Amino acid sequence: MMNFWAVSTEILILALMVAALAMDLILPKEGTRRGIAYVVISGLLATLVYTFGLYHTGPSMTFFGGLFIADNYALFFKQLFIVGMLFSVLFSMDYVEKYIESPGEFYTILMSALLGMCVMASANDLLTLFIGLELMTISFYVLVGQRMDDKDSGEASVKYLIVGAGSTAVMLYGISLVYGASGSLDFVVICRSLQMFFSIGLAGVVLVMIGFFFKLSVIPFHMWAPDVYQGAPTPITALLAMGSKAAGIAVFMRVLYTAFPLLGAYWLPVLAVFAAICMVGGNIMAIRQTDVKRMLAYSSIAQAGYMMCGIVSADIAGMKAVMFYAMLYVFANVGAFAVLTCVETMRGGTTHRHMTGLAQSAPILAAVMTISLLSMAGIPPTAGFSGKIYIFTAAVERGYLWLAFVGFVMSMISVYYYLLVAKAMYRDLTPEEEAENTAVKIPFAVRATVLLSVIATIGTGIYPELLASLTNLASQTFMR
Amino acid sequence: MMDIFSLSAVDILNWSVHIGLTHFLLLAALLFSIGLYGLLTRRGIIPTLMCVELMLNAANINLVAFNHYRPVTDFSGQLMAVFSIAVAASEVAIGIALAFRIYRERGSVNIDELNHMKG
Repeated sequence: MMNFWAVSTEILILALMVAALAMDLILPKEGTRRGIAYVVISGLLATLVYTFGLYHTGPSMTFFGGLFIADNYALFFKQLFIVGMLFSVLFSMDYVEKYIESPGEFYTILMSALLGMCVMASANDLLTLFIGLELMTISFYVLVGQRMDDKDSGEASVKYLIVGAGSTAVMLYGISLVYGASGSLDFVVICRSLQMFFSIGLAGVVLVMIGFFFKLSVIPFHMWAPDVYQGAPTPITALLAMGSKAAGIAVFMRVLYTAFPLLGAYWLPVLAVFAAICMVGGNIMAIRQTDVKRMLAYSSIAQAGYMMCGIVSADIAGMKAVMFYAMLYVFANVGAFAVLTCVETMRGGTTHRHMTGLAQSAPILAAVMTISLLSMAGIPPTAGFSGKIYIFTAAVERGYLWLAFVGFVMSMISVYYYLLVAKAMYRDLTPEEEAENTAVKIPFAVRATVLLSVIATIGTGIYPELLASLTNLASQTFMR
Repeated sequence: MMDIFSLSAVDILNWSVHIGLTHFLLLAALLFSIGLYGLLTRRGIIPTLMCVELMLNAANINLVAFNHYRPVTDFSGQLMAVFSIAVAASEVAIGIALAFRIYRERGSVNIDELNHMKG
């Protein structure tokens, strides 16, 4: 007897996807496609509310003989993806209307990417992991190339496809070796198999981890990320930074903790070193970027490094910190990218030059951008501060003092390039610039998005208990 | 020189080496290496996609061989291979579509010319 309640979230998202596709066919060809956006937004909102009812304290529901598990941990990440997707659709309606040729398909593929992320978060078997991962990445290949008027978009898409397909192949080869060593694709059986300690199993673990490093754009496997982030349509860049990365972190953590925990002595030090490289490299390379999207790409590499610090702790506190951080990173990203999307729609670009004078023409946007960037840097009273405290205390408690120290120093350095953007927005203008500084019309949806994101960022920073209790529940039921 | 067409099936069986798991793994490793080498050196989009296919199929050979030779009760390895073939097909479909687009925009599908974004 199959328990379809376990996949109810996915069924709802699939229904939304079909609805978006059907509406695109039914609506008149020349008409606007805004209706699809409204349907998608309300559907996602309903799904988000519904998922709160799925939290539980007893045993978790599974589907298809344990291939798929709907535990609190997966639920938390699903909510994170839904929140990110909801806001991205909300703030990008004008952008989509202006730049995307076929919005109906755009929304449909967005939903399929979301479905892939949700399947990944629930994966309890290498097969489910692979399917979810590919559903998400293949959808993103298409989404990255959605701007037909922009050559960079096509270029980014090709780069993403080639690197992504190559890393998929590496990961699949690793999966095949793990399967050969343990004789199963099930995480629990892999964990119990002592043959994983043979060289073939270890080689498999290494290849699987390299595959994940590509997907999470960990240095030195990051070459694709800056170009893809810069070339992709801005809402898609936002989703790559928060959704795709969080999905990768979610499934990476589950694989490490449930499938390879006995090999921890091998992968923990490696992961710690890569986390440090990520934090140092990402922050240093972000300094000299003048395109804000590209800067946020390097910054997202650094953020992956911070989150890996939490994974290295490998206990309830570390896991909780990672989940907390991933969620507040979504809030900060929503704010920053909503502003960027609005600026790009009005002024045609996202470099520092395009941001100049935003404080005069659109003070709300400039303020939101600054607060979001400060949250990414970890300045109190924003949520980023509490997130970093959780992560670094968890790391210090497990004896990674040096890692926390690197993270602390690099967060201080990151303030510099985040404030460069603030400087561009707030500095005094020359008379010529003053004349050019056209007013930015802020649509209502963007206004709502940025206000909600700022409330979430500052609210979580001042009163983190609400989110912390949710992450507590998820991580404690996971580790049990 | 021996005429191989005049041999009976029994003769071939007697002479042939016993094919075991190791041979499949070696074949897969070889295919994977060729694919990886091509991925790193070839400059066109289409050859690059073919190299990725080689790498994916190397993993498929591994999965099926392990499923056959290891004491596994179910068909999970073969199932995984079937799924990965489907995934590879969709990946290539999108890759070809992108190659068309790039060719229309730039008149060539050389990866080295995709260098507009830098920094």
